[in-house]
Amino acid sequence: MIRFERVNKWYGSYQALVDIDETVATGEVVVVCGPSGSGKSTLVRTVNRLEPIQGGRIEIDGRDIHARGTDVNALRARIGFVFQQFNLFPHLTALQNCTLAPVQLGRMGAKEADELGRALLDRVGLAHKAGAYPAQLSGGQQQRVAIARALAQQPPLMLFDEPTSALDPEMVGEVLAVMRNLAKDGMTMICVSHEMGFAREVADRVLFMDAGRILERAPPAEFFLRPQHPRAQQFLADIRTPFAAG
Amino acid sequence: MRDLIDTYGVYFLVGQYPRGPLGGLALTLLLAASALLLALPLGLALGVARLSGWRALRWPVTALVFVVRGTPLLMVIFWAYFFLPTLTGYKTSQFGTMLIALVVFDGVYLAEIVRAGILGLGKGQMEAARALGLSHLQALRRVVLPQALRHMLPSLVNQFVSTIKETSLGYIIGLSEVSFIATQINTEVFTKPVQVYLSLGFTYFALCFGLSRFAYWVEARGLRHAPPGVRA
Repeated sequence: MIRFERVNKWYGSYQALVDIDETVATGEVVVVCGPSGSGKSTLVRTVNRLEPIQGGRIEIDGRDIHARGTDVNALRARIGFVFQQFNLFPHLTALQNCTLAPVQLGRMGAKEADELGRALLDRVGLAHKAGAYPAQLSGGQQQRVAIARALAQQPPLMLFDEPTSALDPEMVGEVLAVMRNLAKDGMTMICVSHEMGFAREVADRVLFMDAGRILERAPPAEFFLRPQHPRAQQFLADIRTPFAAG
Repeated sequence: MRDLIDTYGVYFLVGQYPRGPLGGLALTLLLAASALLLALPLGLALGVARLSGWRALRWPVTALVFVVRGTPLLMVIFWAYFFLPTLTGYKTSQFGTMLIALVVFDGVYLAEIVRAGILGLGKGQMEAARALGLSHLQALRRVVLPQALRHMLPSLVNQFVSTIKETSLGYIIGLSEVSFIATQINTEVFTKPVQVYLSLGFTYFALCFGLSRFAYWVEARGLRHAPPGVRA
């Protein structure tokens, strides 16, 4: 479904992505992990063109999405994106956050969008918060609304950029539960995440990145038990003993 | 003071109207209101253009902002007064000249307020809107500006108050707005400059103070109706 072909990206003289070659199949759940600054957020942001690339190509269902002629709005309307900082629209209610795009893009009428929005809020367990504004919701609830908002595009593909990193620990579970259900329903997902439990349980594959390269790709069982690359071994050791000196 | 008001009060308020053209305080109000109403959309458009990704749009607008901001209003009025007829081929009325000068001058200042308001919002909101497939303009209209305008309100009011005071420069091109009329009255009466100019000063103060209070009221009302978390 998604194909990265020798993708290269620079921020000025700094190379953020180096020769990325990867394929993500329909229905696959891929978790991308790696140390901070390794390029994993950048990678996921290139898939809906929030970040331009300078070399290579990215294809979704055979279409080169970074090509000049690609309608970027039409592309994005079919990809759900969930941000680390939620980025809900604070001047709109939870329900309005979900209905804004479908109505503005002319994909459905207000009534239909309303029904869809309510159904999706119900799906993330927040039907009773449809009329609440983001500031009235906890972090975990906001992120669940953000997932519902992304699902309102009825996307075949969902991208998650560290969806639980800005959450208090007790709220991580509720967001992961929603994501787990999505995966179970067969959604194609690319998740940048440090939640190793989630990766082990839900991911079909784990990609390990460092310094802009994908250094390792393996099913989670293999990755966590027998990481091959020394950087991956180091990384796993670091996150398992977060209080170790050095 | 009493006979001053009796003799010249109406002249102060409406100029020679209805026997002659409208002038005085009424003309000042008309000029200020028209300038505000036209400068705001211009300021929005220029401010958005200043942040555009298209250089062909961003650069000329940025140049315009720098030129006008680096020029006294008086100069802009002279340009409008002397150059505009040369360019267009026909003479613009004094009111029209003054209106054009004010709209351009204030539009540029409003543009910078708009730009600051948009930038102050942080890029997460724009990104989230674009990630949903909204176009740049849709994202501005539905997501960014509704929030940014609230934050801009105090600065906008500041600029509006300035606009009211700037109408007094119409005096220089002989527009019979309230300052011009007051000067005429002073010339005729000759012995009461203090009273005449105090009245003029108080008139401007009342207008500006009134607008500021009105803006505070709008702001407070807006806050009461604002969704929680959206605070100017």
